[in-house]
Amino acid sequence: MKKNKLGVLPAVPYIVWMAIFVVVPLILVVFYAFTNEAGGFTLANFSQMGSYTKVFARSFSLSAVATAICLLIGYPIAYVLSKETPMFQRVAMMLIMLPMWINFLLRTYAWMSILENTGLLNTLFDKIGLFDLINWIGLHLASDPGKYVPIEHFNMINTQGAVVLGMVYNYLPFMIMPIHSVIVKIDRSMLEAARDLGADSKTTFRKVIFPLSLPGVLSGVTMVFVPSVSTFILSRLLGGGTTMLLGDLIEMQFMGGAYNPHLGSAISLIMMLVVMVCMSIMNHFGDGEDTAVML
Amino acid sequence: MKPKNGKGGRLLTFLLFFFLYAPILVLIVFSFNSTKSRTVWTGFTFDWYVKLFNNDAILSALYTTLLVSVLAAVLATVAGTFAAVGIFNMKRRNRELMLQVNNIPVVNADIITGVSLCILFVFLGKMLGFELGFGTLLIAHVTFNIPYVILSVLPKLRQLDNNLFEAAQDLGCSWMQAFFKVILPEIWPGVTSGLLMAFTLSIDDFVISYFTAGSVETLSMRIYAMTKKRISPEINAISTILFLTILLLLVVINVREVRQEKKAAGKN
Amino acid sequence: MKKTLVFLTVLLSCALLLTGCGGNDDQEVVNVYNWGENIDESIFDDFEEQTGIKVNYKVYESNEQLYSVLKQGGVNYDVIIPSDYMISRMIEEDMLEKIDMKNVPNLSKIDPQYLNAEFDPAQEYSVPYTWGVVGIIYNSTMVDEPITSWKVMFDEKYAGQILQFDNSRDALATALFTLGYSVNTTDESQLQEAFDLLVEQKDILQSYVMDQIFDKLESGEAAIGAYYAGDALTMMDINPDLRFCVPEEGSNFFIDAMCIPKGAANKANAEAFINFMCETDICLRNMDVTGYATPSAEAYAELDEETRSNEVLFPSKEVLRNCETYINLPTETLELYNQFWTKLKS
Repeated sequence: MKKNKLGVLPAVPYIVWMAIFVVVPLILVVFYAFTNEAGGFTLANFSQMGSYTKVFARSFSLSAVATAICLLIGYPIAYVLSKETPMFQRVAMMLIMLPMWINFLLRTYAWMSILENTGLLNTLFDKIGLFDLINWIGLHLASDPGKYVPIEHFNMINTQGAVVLGMVYNYLPFMIMPIHSVIVKIDRSMLEAARDLGADSKTTFRKVIFPLSLPGVLSGVTMVFVPSVSTFILSRLLGGGTTMLLGDLIEMQFMGGAYNPHLGSAISLIMMLVVMVCMSIMNHFGDGEDTAVML
Repeated sequence: MKPKNGKGGRLLTFLLFFFLYAPILVLIVFSFNSTKSRTVWTGFTFDWYVKLFNNDAILSALYTTLLVSVLAAVLATVAGTFAAVGIFNMKRRNRELMLQVNNIPVVNADIITGVSLCILFVFLGKMLGFELGFGTLLIAHVTFNIPYVILSVLPKLRQLDNNLFEAAQDLGCSWMQAFFKVILPEIWPGVTSGLLMAFTLSIDDFVISYFTAGSVETLSMRIYAMTKKRISPEINAISTILFLTILLLLVVINVREVRQEKKAAGKN
Repeated sequence: MKKTLVFLTVLLSCALLLTGCGGNDDQEVVNVYNWGENIDESIFDDFEEQTGIKVNYKVYESNEQLYSVLKQGGVNYDVIIPSDYMISRMIEEDMLEKIDMKNVPNLSKIDPQYLNAEFDPAQEYSVPYTWGVVGIIYNSTMVDEPITSWKVMFDEKYAGQILQFDNSRDALATALFTLGYSVNTTDESQLQEAFDLLVEQKDILQSYVMDQIFDKLESGEAAIGAYYAGDALTMMDINPDLRFCVPEEGSNFFIDAMCIPKGAANKANAEAFINFMCETDICLRNMDVTGYATPSAEAYAELDEETRSNEVLFPSKEVLRNCETYINLPTETLELYNQFWTKLKS
């Protein structure tokens, strides 16, 4: 194909397009981050950053927890599924992907009605008498029964836990799919060879399957972590606006209640850099090649 | 590796599906609830569906979403397919650089893509005198769709026999003819899966649209606005319809694929 | 491949068909950007029927969000409905177009007491849309004492049951009222004190809300929340256990008015829309749905005695005397508000 005269020509419109709509906007973000409203150079946007370390820490830790949970659930599922018949796997993977095709906001909204104080779960617990039971036990255990405050519901919505749940629910398929597709592709003869060499199933998993599935794990981790760290909808709908994440902070500076696109750009820039560093460290552990690419 | 999952494995799979589908089931069930309550069942009704189809704002948002998704997916697929051919012809180093740039919108958080495009559009708009609207929304969607098309076409190009194209040209085909008659049929599965992926991404996108659509509203944006108001079960109704449509589509596609595979297997 | 080609053609022709349907370019339009739950949307049909102008309608959550969106630029709204203090800020920053009042003859129907207010002394930029007061809405079955003070918003007894405004001006106002300061204070130490109070309050809040408050109070998900009188009325219609009170420390009196942002593409249509919204029967219809009091004197004259004596809709003179209007604050104070707000939310 080297002889063909057009060569890279078909890519030219694309290169121009990407330059204007991907590269230039990022340069503008950098430019905004280092200027103030009057257009002069400033570092003030970054020096303010200290007061937002809490948000950075919260975003990264909540996303890390969500990613870890996704991995803990997703890996076994992917592994178990890979042992099923091809037909079963096909249907199962379709069912895992199906919710992803329903609007993300709708899925999150459904959780609101489940988790609310007067929501489905609390109503259910109330109906089966769970709260009566807890209160009965609590009353008997309390040192001063007069002071015992009976509980009427579990506080589930508007907590950090609810936000993590939202992340896990929405992004779990992104973890299962890449891991599953990698495990399925593992050459069976390798597993047979391992068995022939005397490895029991535990050793086979530890020495063969798991290392070979690492690229899928890394890909999954990226695909769960990045959208989690930057979400502003989950924290808004499930966190009640009291659990602010980086996405909220950025959105607020552009379209929300505290207009300051320069600060917003600075926060975006730092978030981008931190995510990039995290990912390159991670890819360092894997073999790096093409792991961050989606399916 | 014969299926040898014990009860534990099956239970795990079952729990996963319960977790994934319970909320959706709740949405669907309460779309038929006769009052606005989202937690107490009060009786059966189709009212919310009737209301939904009389709600101009939702219908026009749906129309915008479909239009932008179809246009963006088609444009991105055409541009992305050609681009993939061009990138494939690049020298190794250039190609790697291009792929790095290509990966930016894929790896970057949506909000950063959205915010950066928003800044660009506002900036250009002030210079050239246009406003954020359907045009900028479409540009944004094409921009985040193209990389996915390229990523699904490139592997197919790699599988291609290098001599095919030359042979076609030696036999007197123009570049275009060679492309359409020889290359395209070979990479077609990659092109279609790229198209499908682009379409899905566009339909589901909220964040990037939110920052680039100006006064135009997509369905996701409409739903977002609805979750911030007094909530109406019309939301549930629209999710039910979307869910069933997609379920139906997937079943049809998959049944067809299975049939084709069986046919192919029969021939062998 | 053929089948996919067919699929592609179908997709494309669908797209073209869709564009064909929507591509009615001659249609006159007016782009209205309003608060959520703040209009009877069926009015749009009547407006289109009468004038041939189609209404494109979108909503914002708060004055501050409206400001951000307009300041960001690149949007093409023709009519916006900010509150008093935001109007004066927008006038100061040259963000509003002067309205040609010749095209709004219905201005004469507006009660003069809502005209020429401090934010628009010459009545050049705005036409009053609604007015009202801020107060505390509470569920009488979940609160066992009569509520008369802002202090309840900071009472630990109701931890997890309280809803606070999700915008800087209104949220800080609740704290300033509680502390007995003016809501228009520019004194940094007073603002700091109010901010500290809000930080403390954050631990006992259920959430920061704007229009999500409707569901949360109506369904009994939360017990206490501060919000606008008009919305309190529509909530009380749905849940009769809800009560509204204007706290004794005083509260905010506001006027929301229709304005035209700078550079609006359809200014004449915007003026027609503004004029239409001041028609007496439209005012009455709108009031019925939104629950907000109309500034139209003619519409008021048509109301029955029961509606007029509704204390939530039309608070008594004594209550109103105790209320303070927000005025626009100097840039430094606004920046302080922004900083406090971002810090509080983070």
